[in-house]
Amino acid sequence: MPRYGMVIDTRKCVGCSDCVIACKTENNIPEGYNRDWIVTESKGKFPDIQMEIRTERCNHCSETPCVSCCPTGASHIHDVGGVVLVEHNKCIGCKACVEACPYDARFIHPDGYADKCTFCIHRVEKGQKPACVEVCPTYCMYFGDLDDPNSEVSKLLQSRKWHVTLKDAGTQPNIFYLV
Amino acid sequence: MNELLELTTTRNNPLIDPYMAMWEWQIPVYLFLGGMVAGMMIISGYFLFSGRYKESNCSCFSIPFISVVLLSLGMFALFLDLAHKPFVWRLYTTFQIKSPMSWGAWILILVYPALIANILMRPTPWMLKIYPKLSEWAGKINQHPFLIKNIGIANMILGMMLGAYTGVLLSSMGSRPLWNTSLLWVLFLVSGLSAAAAFVHLFAKNKAESELLAKADNGFLVIELFVFVMIFLGFLSSARPHMEAAQLLLTGAYAPVFWVFVIGLGIIIPLIIQLLAVNHKIRHTSIAPIMVIFGGLILRFVIVSAGQYSHWFNAHFH
Repeated sequence: MPRYGMVIDTRKCVGCSDCVIACKTENNIPEGYNRDWIVTESKGKFPDIQMEIRTERCNHCSETPCVSCCPTGASHIHDVGGVVLVEHNKCIGCKACVEACPYDARFIHPDGYADKCTFCIHRVEKGQKPACVEVCPTYCMYFGDLDDPNSEVSKLLQSRKWHVTLKDAGTQPNIFYLV
Repeated sequence: MNELLELTTTRNNPLIDPYMAMWEWQIPVYLFLGGMVAGMMIISGYFLFSGRYKESNCSCFSIPFISVVLLSLGMFALFLDLAHKPFVWRLYTTFQIKSPMSWGAWILILVYPALIANILMRPTPWMLKIYPKLSEWAGKINQHPFLIKNIGIANMILGMMLGAYTGVLLSSMGSRPLWNTSLLWVLFLVSGLSAAAAFVHLFAKNKAESELLAKADNGFLVIELFVFVMIFLGFLSSARPHMEAAQLLLTGAYAPVFWVFVIGLGIIIPLIIQLLAVNHKIRHTSIAPIMVIFGGLILRFVIVSAGQYSHWFNAHFH
């Protein structure tokens, strides 16, 4: 059984938002809403300033407060790849999962259900890459099976330094940022 | 020169950015009404259990009907909050053991029969007019003091569960540091009991009962202050996001409303007024109970709103 994850090379990401547009187009995301977005983090003391640009989305965590808090089971972990999904016709729109996510990665779709990144599971199950990974012009995004030691993502994590976001929130995110 | 720490995002999802405000007025109103009804169930349950119901003007006969009305109003507010309303029935096709909201949905299903059993003990004249057979049922229940005691126990237990769940609903969310304290259910339960004692005190006809409720309310208010101190001690000795969450209430954006309306006008001043009243220095008035009730309502608004505002944002800077 695979465990899907993403590796994003922050040294290559230029914040062009191509991934954002690809997601919106592929998944028909309504205007004003985003399943993925670009974050720019600057830190340091002049003249030693560091800047990191990265593309963010639902982390498809291994510990999932969004799934635990769901009163109807709409929010669930998919059989394939441990991807966190929402079953629209089970969701009552109580917003508990939106509140439970420390990354604020979910939103309420104008049609009423909780919505978020699906890792484009409809594409992945056909053997394709998620739309955002597919279109990235700098090839900074990698998608694959974290449990397979020979996968590209596993090899990158073995060979490069990386971090995850909000590590202290304790949800064990499955999106890794190469530094 | 100060160290630069800056995070910019292109995300601008409605009610999520720049800060979480997903749960609006409906949730605090529901949490308040649910908490107060929980307190009223515990009080009326205690009156049944302790035999106070034998006094003809015991407020335990009017509390359950008011509770049903208030709880239904609260649940309606909760329904209004749902974004996918046609699917609300999905709550009752499953039980999700890890979800406090699922627990709450099923607890509410149990709460109604307990309240109705309490109402059936002494139906009001208008109820008898609509359905005269109720007097027969009331007669049957009143023949069995043991049954009445058990209705009292059921009301107390379910009241405790309802009151506690309103706190657990929020405290189970590790994502919002201000909610993430295991004392939140104690705070909401005590605040619910305090608001309930104040509310029943407002219309209690029995003088001894009224005096008892004022005394009990003073106790609840003191415990509430103590719980606040414990919560803040916990936060201030915890990780940075929790310290910042506590500071939101203590010195930050929510400090004015917290200190003035929740602590000052909602707890300290009514406590002083009621202490003077129970010591017969001044007469009992409805001012203190009304202040306590409003304080309880504003407490829920502050906790829900500030809790959503509190975040792990600074932990972003790895």
